[in-house]
Order: sequence, then C-alpha cells, then structure tokens
Amino acid sequence: MTIRDFLMLDLPPLLAALMAGATCGLLGSFLVLRRESLVGDALSHAVLPGIVLGFAITGARSGLPMLAGAMVAGLLAVVLISVVQRAARLDPGAAIGAIFTTFFAVGLVLMETTGARSVDLDLDCVLFGQLETLVWAQAEGLHSLVDPAALEGLPRQLGLLAGVGIVVAVVVAVLWRPLKLICFDPGYAAALGMPSRALEFGLALLVAAAAVAAFESVGSILVVAMLVCPAAALRLMTDRYGAQVLGGAALGAALGGVGYALAGPVPAALGLELSLNAAGVIGTLGGLMVAAAALVRAGVTRGRQGRAAVA
Amino acid sequence: MIAYNTAVVLLGCALLGLAAGTVGTFSLLRGRALVADAVGHAALPGVAIAALIVATLGGDPRALPPLLAGAATAGVLGVLAVQALARTGRIREDAAIAIVLSSFYALGVAILSWLQTQPGAAQAGLSKFILGQAAAMRAEDALVAASVAGICLLVCLVAFQRLRAVCFDPDFCRMQGLRVQAVDLLLLGLLVLVCVAGLQAVGLILVVALLVLPAATARLMTFRLPRMLAISALIGAVCGAAGAWVSALRPEVPTGAAVVLALAAVFTVALLLAPERGLLAQLYTHLRRRLAADTEHFLRATWEAQEAAGAGPGTAGDRWAPIAAVADARGWRIGRARWLAFWLAQRGLVARAEDHVHLTPRGAAAARRAVRAHRAVEHHLLAAGATDIASADRLADLVEHGLPPEVAARLLPEPSALPASPHVLGGKRP
Repeated sequence: MTIRDFLMLDLPPLLAALMAGATCGLLGSFLVLRRESLVGDALSHAVLPGIVLGFAITGARSGLPMLAGAMVAGLLAVVLISVVQRAARLDPGAAIGAIFTTFFAVGLVLMETTGARSVDLDLDCVLFGQLETLVWAQAEGLHSLVDPAALEGLPRQLGLLAGVGIVVAVVVAVLWRPLKLICFDPGYAAALGMPSRALEFGLALLVAAAAVAAFESVGSILVVAMLVCPAAALRLMTDRYGAQVLGGAALGAALGGVGYALAGPVPAALGLELSLNAAGVIGTLGGLMVAAAALVRAGVTRGRQGRAAVA
Repeated sequence: MIAYNTAVVLLGCALLGLAAGTVGTFSLLRGRALVADAVGHAALPGVAIAALIVATLGGDPRALPPLLAGAATAGVLGVLAVQALARTGRIREDAAIAIVLSSFYALGVAILSWLQTQPGAAQAGLSKFILGQAAAMRAEDALVAASVAGICLLVCLVAFQRLRAVCFDPDFCRMQGLRVQAVDLLLLGLLVLVCVAGLQAVGLILVVALLVLPAATARLMTFRLPRMLAISALIGAVCGAAGAWVSALRPEVPTGAAVVLALAAVFTVALLLAPERGLLAQLYTHLRRRLAADTEHFLRATWEAQEAAGAGPGTAGDRWAPIAAVADARGWRIGRARWLAFWLAQRGLVARAEDHVHLTPRGAAAARRAVRAHRAVEHHLLAAGATDIASADRLADLVEHGLPPEVAARLLPEPSALPASPHVLGGKRP
C-alpha cells in the first residue's frame, strides 16, 4: 500500500470515524448522566425525514439544507415526545418509541416517493453507514495535504463533521459548569435561576447536529453506539465528571479509529481476505468495550469484597 | 376480489397486529415498552448467523424457521444483556437498551458485510428483515403468525390476573408471594415471540412501533384494562392489515413504514379526540374551569364595586356598577370585562345597560356566595398568619376556587352575616 492509496482511500474514512466518534463520545456522557440515552436513539432515527426533505427540496448534495432539515426534524421530534408524554401521560420510553418510529417511517416513505434515492442518499447509507465510500480522489502524495486545490476535493462530509465537532467542543467548554449542574442536580440548577430548559434544548440541538453529521458516515443506528457506548463504559470506570466527559470523547475517537482499522486496513496488511463494514465493526467494538468494562468492574468489586471478608 | 396471495398477507399482518396489541398493552403498563426495540435490533446478527449455518450445512438459507429461530435466540440474548447491564447499578435500563440495540445491530451489519464477500447465497434476502416485506409472506408464514397470535392470546388469557397484578403493583405482588420475576420473564418471552414473528412483515427497526403504538392509543381511550386490551388488539389488527394493503398497492412503500404510519394516524386522532385524556377534551375542561373562575370573579367584583360606592356589606346588589370599575378591580382589559358581561347577561346573571351591569336576583345570590367564600378564605388566612392584608386578596383568589362547599361552610358558618372585606375596596389592580 502506497502513501497515495492511504491518503485517497483510508484517510477520509479514518478522519470521519475519528471525528464522529469524538463528537458523539463528548455528547454521550451528558445523555447517559441525564438518563436520556434513548433520546440519542430517538434523534438518530427521527432526523431521517428532515434529511430526505432537505435533500429533495434543494436537490443539492451540499450539507447545509440536509443539516437544517435534520435539525428541524430532530427538534420537532424532541418537542413532540415531551408533548405526547405529558398529554397522553405515557412513560418516557413509550413516548419515545411512538414518535421516533413514526418519524423514521415517514422518512422511509419520503425517501421512496420523492425520488431522493440517489448515489448520495440511499437506504444502505441509512441502515449500514458508508464510511468506505468516502474517498479523496485528488490525493496524489503527502504534498496534497498542504495543497488547497487538492484539499477542496475532500469529501464534504468531513467538513460537516469538523464544523459540528468544533461547535460542540466550544459549547461544551463554555458551558462546562452549567452542563455539569443540569446533569447532576437539575432541581438545584433551576433553583439557582439557571435557564435549564434552554440548556436542555441546546443539548438536544447539539445531539441532533452530531447525529446528522455522523449519520452519513456511520449510519442512523450506529450513531447510537457512538453516543452511548463510550459514555456507558466510562460510567462503569470513573466517578469524575471531567474524566467522564473528556474521556468519552477520547474513547469515542479511539473506538472510531480502531474500529475502522480492524474492518479493512489491518486484515489487508496481514494479507487476510477480510473486509467488513467499518461502521458495523465500530459498533460491535463499542458493545464489547461496555461488556469488558462491566466484567472488570464486577471483578474489582468481588475482589474488594473478598479482601474485606479476609480482613 | 382480493387475490389469494394478498388475502394471505392481509390476514397474517392482521393476526400479528392482534398479538402485538395484546402483548404491547402489558409491556407498556409494565414500563418495558422499549425493550422491544432492543429485541428487534438484536435479531439481526441472529438471522445472519442462522443463514450462515444453514448455508454451510447445505440447506436453503431462505427457509424461514431457522432464520426466526436465530432471531429468537439473539433476541433472548439481547434481553439478558439488557438485564445484566442494568444489574451493574451504574448503567440504567435506558442506556442498557441503547447499548444492546446498537452493538447487536452493528454486529449484524458486520456479519452481513462479510457474508456478501463470500461465495454462495447465504446473505440473499436477509436485508428484507430490516425493513420488512410482507409481500413475501406465504401461506405457511401466515400460519406462523396465526399460531403466534394464538399463543399470545392464550397465555394472556390464562395468566391475565398475574400479568395485571404485576403491571399495576409489583411490590404488592411480591408481598403476596407472587413470583414477579417469573411473570416478568413470561412477558419478556411473549415480547420476543411477537418481535420475531413480526420481523418478516414489519422489519426489525419498526417492530417496536407495533408493540407501543396500539397500546398507547388504547391507553388514551380507556381506564379499564380489559377494554384497553380489546381496543389495542383491534387497532393492531386493523392497522396491520391496512399497512399491508397499502404496501401491496404501492410496492415501493415498505410494509413496516406503512403499518407504522397507519398506527401513528390512529394514535394522533386519539391524542386529539379521546374523551377525557384527548387534547381537545383537556382544552375544553381547562377553558370551562377558567370561565367558571372568571364568572365568579366578575360577580364578586360587581358586588364589591357597589360596596365601594357606598352600599354597606350585605346590602349590595341593587345598584348599577360600571363595567370599567369591575375591570379595574380585576386588572382586566376593558374588552375582556365587556365580553364577560355579555356572556353573563346571556346566562341571566346580570343586566347590561350603557356600560354598566346590574346583578339579577340569581346573579346577586351567586355573587353573595362568591364574596362570602372569598372573604372567608381571606379572614382565615389572616387569622392563621399566612398572609398580610396587602396580599390576602390574591392569595385567596388562588385558594378559593375548587374549595368544596363543606370546607367553605366550616371556615365561615352560614347564619353569620357577610363580613366586611379586610382590605380597601375599589382600588385598581395592576
């Protein structure tokens, strides 16, 4: 494998996996701490009709209309979930299940009927993610990395992911303490006069943006794995807020990078005839990571109890 | 005339909807609605591995029973994984569901992508399980749906009392010596059964809607469990058939999406129109209560405007009061006061002339009652030291509505004279 091959075929998906993992991992901790993991699940499904409509109306492959449509759909879903939950007095799980399936179904039908099916946006992308289709055709060598003309040829998904990732990182950095407060003691935050509703809404906004940006590269369902798995694994390992949130981002990025490497490049380098869907491998690794963390924790707890019994 | 194949598909989907409506009712009430989401997504690796094994053994990888057996095994594993994660105490059930559904599904995606690179047709038609394709349903598949529906109905009927008890008060059941865990396992077993049976028709992503939406709709429409079960099963059956019908007419529409949209439409209608719990019914109740409160406020303000103009306590009610004075006393805009005056005149509680109102005998009686209740509460709050004179009026406004007559009577025994207001009347309320 030459440098050129790496830049052309492996660099874009690797970058996408790293950035999607870091962004989702950063936000995932807030979802898990606030017991809203399923909101991530709901949002990642519910953005589908928005993406399809944004795509169908403009007919463009540019990211912005799709992003805008997806944000609108995602926020509409969040609002509807809380309306349905209160009006019908359902428990949160049932309200989420009722709304996101409806949105996803609308998205499927729109996709089939508006002719939005295309090279760029098809069912396989929604269901499986298409990391592998990101290629940088203009890459010719290391010098392309500093050549603006060649850099313009990078897949647009990378730009979207980078933009959303930066916004998410800045917002989390600026709102570090308020976010901490609404995670651990929403009642106290409200008593302090903090605009908790606005913060919660903003958080949902960020998750929707991350879900959209990651959606195109890893697919709608695997976004959930990237959101929840790193955060849940760290939840089993640490009690420190900083470690939980920043570690989530690091673990997410690691998950993306290692998963992508294991799916194609590593077996290829070893000479194996094995090429797996990268998004699938990333999600599987996420589950294994949580399982490993749970086992280690169970072992540590048992060991401690054993020592206590001996003492 | 419906073609034989279409009839089979419609019947199969209706039966599935029936089973899902029944089981979904219990899982919704038990707070387990989204476990079905984990089960559905977890089925993908099961289906893929089953296809692989069958193909390796030389069988037909498209035969349904081994695939469904694989799906069921994976579904059960998924449920067990959710429970194991939730038992760590660190990860809540919602996070556990999200982890299991995404990582199992991811495993399925990885296996599918590997199967595609292998020679042979092991992966053929597996992706139809993701979104569902009822049109592929054959007579024997409809038979599977029928037997699943039969089993679910039978079990729900036999275990009805236990399921009901566990859904409504698990702690009480535990104290009574009922094995709550066993009943929960039974319910989860039924859940897996319905999810697996629904895979072919609705697909694994949307199968959760089949279990949630009919039950949620029925929950809006009734407070009684047997009725809720019947409504939920009926909605599930009708929408299942309707979705399959649409999908048969327009093959590009996935069956699962069509069924879910039919269910969502019924749910929306129920959410708006259901008696008592529907949004319109709630809005009507709210407006009626507000109008009742406004009526009381208007009558009392009319009475007190006359008192302020010089009539002694207990003798007001025989003079004309300007509507503007009423509006000022309540802090209302004049338009709102005029509208209320018009409404009360329609009901025969006041007479109107030249922007003044006069209480009719009926209106005076109602006004006297309102004044009495309000002052009783004011005096009581002041005596209890709960407020000062400046804010007694407003606090009493908050408390007095909905005060049962017997409480009002206890606060101020009826034969006593109407007391004077503790604060100055006739002021303007901001």
